[in-house]
Amino acid sequence: MLKIEDLHINIEGKEIVKGINLEIASGEIHALMGPNGSGKSTLAQALMGHPTYEITKGKVTFNGKNLLKMNPSERSLAGLFLSFQYPSEVLGVNIANFLRLVYNKRVKKTLYPAAFRKLLKEKMEILDMKEEFMDRYLNEGFSGGEKKRMEILQMLILKPKIAILDETDSGLDIDALKIVSKGVTLLNKTAKTGVLLITHYTRLLNHIKPDKVHVMRNGKIVKSGGHELANELEKKGYTAFEE
Amino acid sequence: MTNQKQKININANYKTKYGFNVAENYVYKTEKGLNEEVVKKISEMKDEPKWMRDFRLRAYKIFKEKPMPTWGGDLSKIDFDNIFYYLKPTDNQKRDWEDVPIEMKETFEKLGIPQAERQHLAGVKAQFDSEVIYGSLLKELEDEGIIFLGTDEALKKYPEIFEEYFGKLVPPSDNKFSALNSAVWSGGSFVYIPKGAHVKRPLQAYFRINAQNMGQFERTLIIADEGSYASYVEGCSAPIYSADSLHSAVVEVFVKKGARFKYTTIQNWSNDVYNLVTKRAKVEEDGVMEWVDGNLGSRLTQKYPSCYLVGERAHGEVLSIAYGGKGQHQDAGGKIFHISPNTTSSIISKSVSAFGGRTSYRGLIYVSPSAKNAKSRVECDALILDAESRSDTFPTMKIDESSANIEHEATVSKIGEEKLFYLMSRGLTETEAMSLIVSGFIEPIVKELPLEYAVELNRLIELEMEGSVG
Repeated sequence: MLKIEDLHINIEGKEIVKGINLEIASGEIHALMGPNGSGKSTLAQALMGHPTYEITKGKVTFNGKNLLKMNPSERSLAGLFLSFQYPSEVLGVNIANFLRLVYNKRVKKTLYPAAFRKLLKEKMEILDMKEEFMDRYLNEGFSGGEKKRMEILQMLILKPKIAILDETDSGLDIDALKIVSKGVTLLNKTAKTGVLLITHYTRLLNHIKPDKVHVMRNGKIVKSGGHELANELEKKGYTAFEE
Repeated sequence: MTNQKQKININANYKTKYGFNVAENYVYKTEKGLNEEVVKKISEMKDEPKWMRDFRLRAYKIFKEKPMPTWGGDLSKIDFDNIFYYLKPTDNQKRDWEDVPIEMKETFEKLGIPQAERQHLAGVKAQFDSEVIYGSLLKELEDEGIIFLGTDEALKKYPEIFEEYFGKLVPPSDNKFSALNSAVWSGGSFVYIPKGAHVKRPLQAYFRINAQNMGQFERTLIIADEGSYASYVEGCSAPIYSADSLHSAVVEVFVKKGARFKYTTIQNWSNDVYNLVTKRAKVEEDGVMEWVDGNLGSRLTQKYPSCYLVGERAHGEVLSIAYGGKGQHQDAGGKIFHISPNTTSSIISKSVSAFGGRTSYRGLIYVSPSAKNAKSRVECDALILDAESRSDTFPTMKIDESSANIEHEATVSKIGEEKLFYLMSRGLTETEAMSLIVSGFIEPIVKELPLEYAVELNRLIELEMEGSVG
């Protein structure tokens, strides 16, 4: 589904990601773990097509197509999703209207407001969000936890083929973490969404069980393994995983 | 990603929607240019009382004497000798739409008037160049004593009201353009809302310039008597000529004790119109005045609706929204004068500039020594869409009373790459993302507009791709 081969990424001329290979199949959950500055978020942003991240080498195919040729909008419509670490606040943009707009584009049909609100309400219930939320402005004045829930809500609405969750767990309390995990697991089970979980901490992995764990340091994946690798990391810390 | 250059172009289809004109077919047209004879001729054509004729001539003198203001936009290109000051399109105002001459009827029907009337409005006035050519008012409102007339007709019917109020709030000597308007005024609306009357649906006026090199100088006088409530909406547009036109109106609103009045303007003149307007309200005890002022069109607009809060607890509000596109300068804002104790006010301004356009916020908050515990809040936000465009802020505060509570906030933002990326990552194109950001930015003001205007404004934020799609 998503295949990354020898990917190198520069920011302002500096190489941050130095040759990554990773393949995520439909329905799989991969955890990408590593300390701050290891290049995890850079990878996430570049996969979604952020204009300031320059791909200097490598290939990414998504569903058999060259992902790097697509703009962010096309990547989204093709079924890629990124849950942002720091989602933007967009003043004056009503959440229900916005989500209906992007939903209709993604599914290529026209769901009218009343029907869409019903769908949205169901998804919000999964995430334990109050209905009033749908008439607030997108992320405006939201707490950190509310923003993360809004990201997951968008994911549930867009039903991506591959979802990248960039530190969605950071800043969440245990209850919120459980709710977010429930949303991710549900989509993974019902829509066979492949997931790339980017995180510092192993605690998220107690709620979402990954098929594979990768440890990233200094722009490279230094070790890959099964769920047990997370336990090893928990015990030994990142310093045990030198290049 | 492909490096597309996409921008928003409000009014991209102005030409087809508003920019048409019909053949000039006038009953009477003064010679080009302005002199005492032209002023006298206008008064004579209108068969006015002597005091109005004298008022005009006095105003003309003041206009001649006053220098051209230089503090705002560039007015140096206005050629007062190359303008027609009075064009009479038809013999009299029609009450029945069927009687309106065909070319005018077609013009207004193309603009969506009076379809809107049938659905949402309490009454309508349509002005074509110098004169109000059509007017109507719901029968039940007429029976309640509500008056909604063209200003010329009202002067004939209610001379005593005019002697008391006309030119009292905006005297000819106020500024060069109020003097010009006072000398050559024609058309406009007269509104009287009797004591305690509540008019739920808005009264609407539509101002259309049709002729080339036309000057439109309507004069609007509104009196909201004690405890009454009403709202008034006006729209404006003109054909596209390469020659300049001038629109210079004066609006006076008297809000009596405990009354509430809301005045909404959506100005969408073509880009060759100079729009220089003086709007002022006097608000008495417990009265409320709201100005909603939308400036989308014109080459240069200079307009700062103001409120004189003369009665205790009077409240004044200005909501201003401006779009400055290619070759446009919107110099807009508001002024509030706190004269009495416990008066409150707010000015909220939102402007968007693009394609090398320019917006300026210009505002004044004055608190006189007699205005104890005055409270005011000013918020002005500017959004600049590209590097060629410009926005300035000129806020003035004159606070002569120490108990005043004044807040001022100003922001200038550009459409951030992060925000665009965020929205695009949800499947929107760059243009769609930009349009969403712009409509979100102006949303707080759009929601204050009557429905059909809000829909219209949202439609105006249309998108145009520029440059290559990579």
